[in-house]
Amino acid sequence: MNGARIIVESLKKEGVDTVFCYTGGAVISIFDELYKHGEGLNLIQPRHEQGGTHAADGYARSTGKTGVVIVTSGPGATNTITGIATAYMDSSPLVVITGQVASTLIGTDAFQESDVTGITLPITKANFLVKNIKDLAVTIKKAFYIAGSGRPGPVVIDIPGDIQRQDFKFNYPDTVDLQSYRPKDSGHPKQIKSAIKLLAASKKPLIISGGGVNLSNATGEMNDFLNKTGIPVVHTLMGTGVNPEDENQFLGFIGMHGTLYGNYAIQNADLIMAVGVRFSDRIIGNPNTFAKNAKLIHIDIDPAEIDKNILTDLPIVGSAKSILREFNNLDLAIDISEWKNELSNYKNNYPLGYEKSELIKPQYIIELAQKYFPENSIIVTDVGQNQIWVAQNYRIKHPRSFLTSGGLGTMGYGLPAAIGAAVGNPDKQVLMFAGDGGFQMNMQELGIIRKYGLKVKMIVLDNNYLGMVRQWQELLFEKRYSGTDMEFNPDFVKLADVFRIKSIFLKDPKEADAVIKELAMSNESMLVHIAIDPDENVLPMVPAGKALDEVLTKL
Amino acid sequence: MTDEVFTDHIVSVLVHNNPGVLSKVTSLVTRRGFNIDGISAGPTRQNDMFRLTIVVKGDDKSLEQIQKQLYKIIDVVKVVPIIRSRMVGREICLIKVKAIGAERHEVLQIINVFKANIVDVGTNGFIVEITGDSDKIDSFLALLESHQITDVARTGIVAMNRWERTFKETGR
Ligand SMILES: Cc1ncc(C[n+]2csc(CCOP(=O)(O)OP(=O)(O)O)c2C)c(N)n1
Ligand SMILES: [Mg+2]
Repeated sequence: MNGARIIVESLKKEGVDTVFCYTGGAVISIFDELYKHGEGLNLIQPRHEQGGTHAADGYARSTGKTGVVIVTSGPGATNTITGIATAYMDSSPLVVITGQVASTLIGTDAFQESDVTGITLPITKANFLVKNIKDLAVTIKKAFYIAGSGRPGPVVIDIPGDIQRQDFKFNYPDTVDLQSYRPKDSGHPKQIKSAIKLLAASKKPLIISGGGVNLSNATGEMNDFLNKTGIPVVHTLMGTGVNPEDENQFLGFIGMHGTLYGNYAIQNADLIMAVGVRFSDRIIGNPNTFAKNAKLIHIDIDPAEIDKNILTDLPIVGSAKSILREFNNLDLAIDISEWKNELSNYKNNYPLGYEKSELIKPQYIIELAQKYFPENSIIVTDVGQNQIWVAQNYRIKHPRSFLTSGGLGTMGYGLPAAIGAAVGNPDKQVLMFAGDGGFQMNMQELGIIRKYGLKVKMIVLDNNYLGMVRQWQELLFEKRYSGTDMEFNPDFVKLADVFRIKSIFLKDPKEADAVIKELAMSNESMLVHIAIDPDENVLPMVPAGKALDEVLTKL
Repeated sequence: MTDEVFTDHIVSVLVHNNPGVLSKVTSLVTRRGFNIDGISAGPTRQNDMFRLTIVVKGDDKSLEQIQKQLYKIIDVVKVVPIIRSRMVGREICLIKVKAIGAERHEVLQIINVFKANIVDVGTNGFIVEITGDSDKIDSFLALLESHQITDVARTGIVAMNRWERTFKETGR
């Protein structure tokens, strides 16, 4: 069969059910084979390849399966770059197949030629240029294996047009063995025992739950561990979903915009066990003062994360799932009631809060959404203030249910990622929050919601500003709001209407309850455009590079 | 981060010789904030494997980072830091030097002292080949400096840890 058919059959062998793809000259043969032999493959065609890539990423994060993207060479491929970089920073598994000019034309500046493996080198876990038809199937096998195993990430396969048209016998390998890639699953038993000892001796232990817990589907094991030991827990932006039975144990989100009590716990703990955390600068603030009283146990599947940003006292390399399981099998008796009291008092004394006003406060909207949307809904955000308000205030209790661009902070992620989540989770509600700025970065994807009969609930928190940057200007640049006003925003209600999506404008706090209820109950997609208090800030805030206890509670 | 001491480090990297592997390795090293001062590459006894010897500048802590990051490249099989005090390191250098008349004799003398080889002779000068550790080559070049050197080509160092610290060329 020809190379294009081999690609399609390989996808089926991988159990792929959805492909996000946009056609063009260099992939037209693949589309033809999808047309003829693509049974079982749901073909989602975005309106822009960036949207398609974020959608595949949202699909991957929410389902745990690898997202598949197929795009044409040149501009098709370069349009995926932001999506690939976003997935790379948050370790989201993607296989991106890019068409390439014929292998005989590579290097000649042919029409729509671009050096895709060169461009994507620093933003992929691995990439391949298939130069020989006999390598095609095995390369696809490798790509899926690498993307989905160990620390997941995006993999690009660049496939020249002539390779797609050559004939070869289809023989899909059952397994691949890569001598130089063997991710480690189980942690070293000795290290685990030492960790238990450290925990047992600790008076003020704290767990940080990171993105690795979601990625290795270890939220259940994490919750069991927390319930068994009673140790308090905080989470990173990517680690959302952890949910101990005792609400006092849960101290929310940490870092630059973390809760006061979460950051307090970090700074006062005597032992921190970080699981699947990469200690980004947004989490640690000043690395020299981060968790200054604590010993650190660092569990991660990627050995390169150990000692990268924060030095560890005890590293354990392996998957969060298998290591937490080991922990749960071992006995650990600790008495930390004093520490727990200290933390729950602090939590009660310094809660998250906001001032009521005549204008709609975004936190109020989040409260209402929480009230009316089912607990297992998938919450998706864009980037900016909207993102952090949701991260702080929406109490998400399930794994893979909070999708946001953490590492790259990609405006325009929200809408397409929500679409991808809706494709992958037809039985769940998907609720997107976006700012007025970021929503416009991929708003063209509104065009496919009706086309594929998807149900996506959308809230545009409109402060008429690029709010997060405006906040920095208020804090650091004496309110010189350069390049952050959003005057002449479109009428988002009309915009949705153009795409035949139900929509409503909300300005009066008194109507908010009914509107958000309607949004939750609606049987079809719906967008609510909300004029919020334009001056509302995200607080608390630890200015960049400061210690987690050098925190501002007002600007 | 400003008052850190940056030193030269040598790492020996065993890689699968797949297309683009060299650019993957160098781009990673550069991306993680290192300067590459030298790099040499050549085949090993296994057909599909190459050994790269890279000289990089950075502090000790980031050297460890580099090793771990290198392992994340799928084609990288083994990374071994070369310990300066226990290594054997060699470089080859070709030098095109002008030597006319009386000068010819002086140049020949320096060449003899260093046990360097003349690999090409012309009416206006020589091409000299010298093998040795980097210091030897540096001092050789310094001595020749008073004559007219028109071209220098250095391979960059290839190095191994001495016997008691060696590694097999297979597996991690
Ligand atoms: C693609 C991209 N461009 C620029 C930025 C820088 N940036 C971060 S937040 C932000 C403002 C976002 O404004 P908006 O979408 O209205 O959300 P808000 O902060 O007002 O909630 C900007 C410009 C970014 N993160 N991503
Ligand atoms: Mg805004």
